[in-house]
Amino acid sequence: MADEALFLLLHNEMVAGLYRAAEQGEGENGRCTTKLESMGFRVGQGLIERFTKDTARFKDELDIMKFICKDFWTTVFRKQIDNLRTNHQGIYVLQDNKFRLLTQISAGKQYLEHAPKYLAFTCGLIRGGLSNLGIKSIVTAEVSSMPACKFQVMIQKM
Amino acid sequence: MAVCIAVIAKENYPLYIRSVPTENELKFHYTVHTSLDVVDEKISAMGKALVDQRELYLGLLYPTEDYKVYGYVTNSKVKFVMVVDSSNTALRDNEIRSMFRKLHNSYTDIMCNPFYNPGDRINSRAFDNMVNSMMMQVC
Repeated sequence: MADEALFLLLHNEMVAGLYRAAEQGEGENGRCTTKLESMGFRVGQGLIERFTKDTARFKDELDIMKFICKDFWTTVFRKQIDNLRTNHQGIYVLQDNKFRLLTQISAGKQYLEHAPKYLAFTCGLIRGGLSNLGIKSIVTAEVSSMPACKFQVMIQKM
Repeated sequence: MAVCIAVIAKENYPLYIRSVPTENELKFHYTVHTSLDVVDEKISAMGKALVDQRELYLGLLYPTEDYKVYGYVTNSKVKFVMVVDSSNTALRDNEIRSMFRKLHNSYTDIMCNPFYNPGDRINSRAFDNMVNSMMMQVC
């Protein structure tokens, strides 16, 4: 990643642009989050292919989640996930105390209702990456106080 | 120089398959299909095997009297299978590995192509050219 600022600004514009377009259209607000998430999904698939080109084979699911928390997050956001928790039954919670895409927005509770828009792309990113590694999942995010946020990954057993 | 190269998706259907003497294509399709079993066996044995646990290259899958079949699995469970003529003994392991590396690099480039939907057949000319350069020149 050459310059972090480029990705941050582009991402913010993407979110703003999508919502502007939705307002001028039929005002279907819920669809924007889905569009962002599916964008993130396709990007995640391509990114994972590039990043795992030279790494060794993954032993199991936990290994894959650790890769996402460390290498993947570092390459995309220049930092690692601060906390990974699991119940060993297919639910993982990734906690980032200073999420790069939210640091510029606020440092507490202001603008909290707008936060989910900025997390949709990253949820898709995680889901796309996992899907390309052979794991079907559902990824959701929650923010209680910016810039900390939690991503919850639920693995679907087929 | 390979005789047949195939790229197989994680759901075990072919994304790309090309062989050089085009009249025996069906035989190569069958060989690649049967080699998938050997690939799966090698991957599932990874947990207990002590050698090459973390490598992507699988090595020689099985030899027949005319051909040798080599395999490589990426982290995204996409398999590359290469069939090589047995009479071509000059081909060393390192060369096979480098051929698989080139295949993997080209595959990664295809994934990043916005016009490519993951799961479709591969129709890229760049990929074709790269594969052609690795195949045997047979008139």
